[in-house]
Amino acid sequence: MSKEISELVFVDGIKYAKDHEWAKQEGDKVIIGISDYAQDQLGEVVFVEMPEIGSEFETGDEFGTVESTKAVSELYLPLGGRVAEINKELEDDPELVNKSPYEKGWIIKIEPKDLGELDQLMDKDAYLNMLKG
Amino acid sequence: MRYLPHTSEDIAEMLKVAGAADLDDLFSSIPDDCRFKGELNLPEMTEWELNSHMADLASQTAVMPEYKVFIGAGSYNHYIPATIPYLINRSEISTAYTPYQPEISQGTLQTIFEYQTLTARLLGMETANASMYDGASALAEALLMAIRIEKGKKKTVAVSSLVHPMYRKAVETYFTPTDFKIVELPYLADGTTDISGLEKIGDLAAVAVQSPNFFGCIENIKSASDKAHNLNALCVTCFTEPLAFGLIKNPGSQGADIVCGEGQSMGIPQSFGGPGLGMFASLNKYVRSMPGRLIGQTTDLDGKRGFVLTLATREQHIRREKATSNICSNQGLCATMSAMYMASIGQTGIRQLAQINHDKTEYLKSELEKAGMQIPFKRAVFNEFVVKFPQGFETKYKELIKNKIVPGIPLESYYPDLKDHYLLCATETISKSDMDELVKEVKS
Repeated sequence: MSKEISELVFVDGIKYAKDHEWAKQEGDKVIIGISDYAQDQLGEVVFVEMPEIGSEFETGDEFGTVESTKAVSELYLPLGGRVAEINKELEDDPELVNKSPYEKGWIIKIEPKDLGELDQLMDKDAYLNMLKG
Repeated sequence: MRYLPHTSEDIAEMLKVAGAADLDDLFSSIPDDCRFKGELNLPEMTEWELNSHMADLASQTAVMPEYKVFIGAGSYNHYIPATIPYLINRSEISTAYTPYQPEISQGTLQTIFEYQTLTARLLGMETANASMYDGASALAEALLMAIRIEKGKKKTVAVSSLVHPMYRKAVETYFTPTDFKIVELPYLADGTTDISGLEKIGDLAAVAVQSPNFFGCIENIKSASDKAHNLNALCVTCFTEPLAFGLIKNPGSQGADIVCGEGQSMGIPQSFGGPGLGMFASLNKYVRSMPGRLIGQTTDLDGKRGFVLTLATREQHIRREKATSNICSNQGLCATMSAMYMASIGQTGIRQLAQINHDKTEYLKSELEKAGMQIPFKRAVFNEFVVKFPQGFETKYKELIKNKIVPGIPLESYYPDLKDHYLLCATETISKSDMDELVKEVKS
């Protein structure tokens, strides 16, 4: 059973994309993951397909997939850049995406082409409003 | 399955449920110019006339037991224990369709799970899928899988010229619309694949070798897989005769990454060339690139063991555009027969049967050699081997068929340089007197 929107966790200081990825600046890099809402909708995550380090993507490109016991979803990059790091822990423990979507369950870190793109993403309130429709 | 024709009352009742006025109305969604007009060209026959007509047609094919058939070449005449046709015709098995819903198909799912387990053990691999159409399409799928594993960065596969010619045709068909390339590896004078040119092939995703190969010879899979791995390519091995693994080392123990082939030997009748059973196994780390469906074991909410269709997300019923294969019909029945066969004769049985097949072949080979025929390839063989008959053997060949002996298949159409060479096979169903008769006839 999916949670009510009021039960979901949303964090200040990170940005949300309409496809339910989040992005957070960390020095000159940006960390990407999926929101608590997205992991809740997917259900138990069994596999996360991540890109190779060094590959480059434009904003909106598909950079991987998240597979749960009931569905598969493509992951779209909220801002373009070069993949600097992937979360190796997800290879053995993909459920981290469910347990800790904003911390241990992060997916990749990128070196963004244009950090300014972060400003075009939604903040917590705007994202919540989108979810409430 | 029983054939129960529809009466006009049945049809009227069904039309009523469907809400159609008549049959034309029911099919109205099919455009007029796509519909067949006129009468089907079917001769009028009574049931007994039809039975006798079919028997006439069937008798034109040279098959066991009326003929003594020394042909293998990818399809083998093996004894099928009487338990298998009996069990497979039970309606709960023969009518069960693809088991998408675990809550209503635990029996079918468990059967396929057992099939996968037996297959993986026989081939020495970590995981096996729930079967492909046949050996040829399984090889094509295996090579596409190798390219997928390399994320499409390497676009060339090397395929041994001793892989079954029809398997190679199937691979070609799969590869034609893609930009992937096939390089054919030549063969050596001893009847095995020449892998010495592999280094020169750039862009190599996989090497495919068959063992026992089309000439019946046992290939050195270990050296092929070592070489492939040194070149950062995968080693795909295929087979047409899985019984061989009762005696020779299985491909998994020799470093193969993907193993596939035809499982018809395992309890499935030859049936004029089909249906076959595509066995398919790989290492666990590649399981997400594997085509087709897999059945997994899990526990339900009460902790009880249960079976489910797993990794189904790569299958066409969830994400059609991302599907890793087009397998769709229920190959499950052939897989079930094969599981029944493996379970019936067991590990010791497979070994003993393989030994009998090997010994009979060796007997026939040595008797033919004694009778003055040439055995061009000196490597160890399983089940079948190549013989060079004297020039002008074609006449004798036709004569023998008239006498209900089919002495192998001529290789010239597949390998133009092998004129007068024939591929012969002896399974456990061939008796010593059959073989002695063949040798006598050939000698005369």
